[in-house]
Amino acid sequence: MKVLVPVKRVIDYNVKVRVKADQSGVELANVKMAMNPFDEIAVEQALRLREAGTAEEVIAVSIGPAQNQETIRTALAMGADRGIHIEAPHDIEPLAVAKLLKAVVAQENPGIVLVGKQAIDDDCNQTGQMLAALLGWAQGTFASALEIAGDKAKVIREVDGGLEHIEINMPAIVTVDLRLNEPRYASLPNIMKAKKKPLDSLTAGDLGVDIAPRLTVVKVEEPTARAAGIKVADVQELVSKLKNEAKVI
Amino acid sequence: MSILILCDHENGQLSPVTLNAVSAASQIGGEMHLLVAGDQTGNVAKAAASIAGIAKVLVADDKALENGLAENLAPLMQSLSVSYSHMMAAATTTGKNVMPRLAALLDVMQISDIIKIEDANTFQRPIYAGNALSTVSSSEAIKVITVRGTAFEAAAAEGGNAAIEPVAGASDAGLSAYVKSELSSSERPELTSASIVISGGRGMQDGANFAMLEQIADKLGAAVGASRAAVDAGFVPNDYQVGQTGKVVAPDLYVAVGISGAIQHLAGMKDSKVIVAINKDDEAPIFQVADYGLVADLFDAVPALEKELG
Repeated sequence: MKVLVPVKRVIDYNVKVRVKADQSGVELANVKMAMNPFDEIAVEQALRLREAGTAEEVIAVSIGPAQNQETIRTALAMGADRGIHIEAPHDIEPLAVAKLLKAVVAQENPGIVLVGKQAIDDDCNQTGQMLAALLGWAQGTFASALEIAGDKAKVIREVDGGLEHIEINMPAIVTVDLRLNEPRYASLPNIMKAKKKPLDSLTAGDLGVDIAPRLTVVKVEEPTARAAGIKVADVQELVSKLKNEAKVI
Repeated sequence: MSILILCDHENGQLSPVTLNAVSAASQIGGEMHLLVAGDQTGNVAKAAASIAGIAKVLVADDKALENGLAENLAPLMQSLSVSYSHMMAAATTTGKNVMPRLAALLDVMQISDIIKIEDANTFQRPIYAGNALSTVSSSEAIKVITVRGTAFEAAAAEGGNAAIEPVAGASDAGLSAYVKSELSSSERPELTSASIVISGGRGMQDGANFAMLEQIADKLGAAVGASRAAVDAGFVPNDYQVGQTGKVVAPDLYVAVGISGAIQHLAGMKDSKVIVAINKDDEAPIFQVADYGLVADLFDAVPALEKELG
């Protein structure tokens, strides 16, 4: 079985984002970029499936500008076998991403697609579900445990009320949540090895997919900052402030 | 214009967050219909029909819809879509699971987690964990939208008298099956709708220490939450998590105990009306958003707080 892992290149989670002065978006120039943390968890899970003998090959795919190849190299350094880069604008929408991934699935025939439940830049939480719809496959979203047995997968989902266990048919899309695993770090020798692993490059045109945006970004702004608060000396003062000033208890 | 809103319900009860989604829909304008999908949903349908401003409640009662599996629910919603300009759901784990599947079936781009409505086509939503707000406009024939409940006041639960109409066409896609749930049961209010929330972080050191927060919660009628660090460390279950990828809360009072204030946690609580932070590190970023900060060891401050509350 092949495992396909879409990986997104996003602003590193430690970076404080800045909105551009012209309100057209956030500043990306000279900003540290990294793999979307949820996608790292997906890569890790794919590697574990291969190490357990459930999967034979892990393919990392990234959609975006040329620099996305760095993100694919990160996945290869973690242990993925090969990469596919699809040239596209950085702000490509989830629906277009899902359509491109559908085309890759048609070429590669993976038994499972593992992907982060959400990207930490646009916070859309859509791509996995959309891909599942386009393929007519089952979806196990927000997974905190995954067990594959033959043509079924057992998924434990993190839901608002707690945990939900479902069983889904394979092939399937599984979108991964934080508690599924702890991703490994790439070792230096593996980073060197990753440079020699195969990485194909394609365009949306090669795959015959229309990726024109459907939404227009009118503007991007900074949220209103909270006014600075005060430090209280002790618990008595705190309770008094909450009772008499804020009137919330 | 006509809007279909998917009802969130659990254990035969309408979830309060549906009222917030209705309130968002009412700002768009046009006739509002609710969809109650499930099995044996009579009570939910009745509650839905009483919500002020609803013209019609569509009830899809079918075993295949019992557990809200997206593979079965999305095609049903697709079959209803011809009558609607907007299809909406609260951004709960149910809404987040099914709506993108619906959007892709309809070949439209979803607009996730909206916090403000400019007009029928234009919406504001947080990006980068709420560190930027993006206003987007859509020219799609059907707008598929999820709504951040805390950003909209709840609609009145009473006062409506909508017609209840059954809808057919549900079927089991045969792709997925529900097995079981492990739900946290608590006498305390639900995290996202509580007016007071007290959350613990890594500083709590141990799950057993959350009992200190629970005692305070019980005195204040509050819900108990946690930071990602506390959930990752196994102190409390996942459904306690407040943050970018957990639950978003905006209570009247949020008390952060032993929480440093990582960006992804702030994303889930910084719209609270009053924020209190108790942390022994006076440099902790949580103090930058706190209205009242107490620099103290939580193992002294929390018992003292409980005593002071009487």
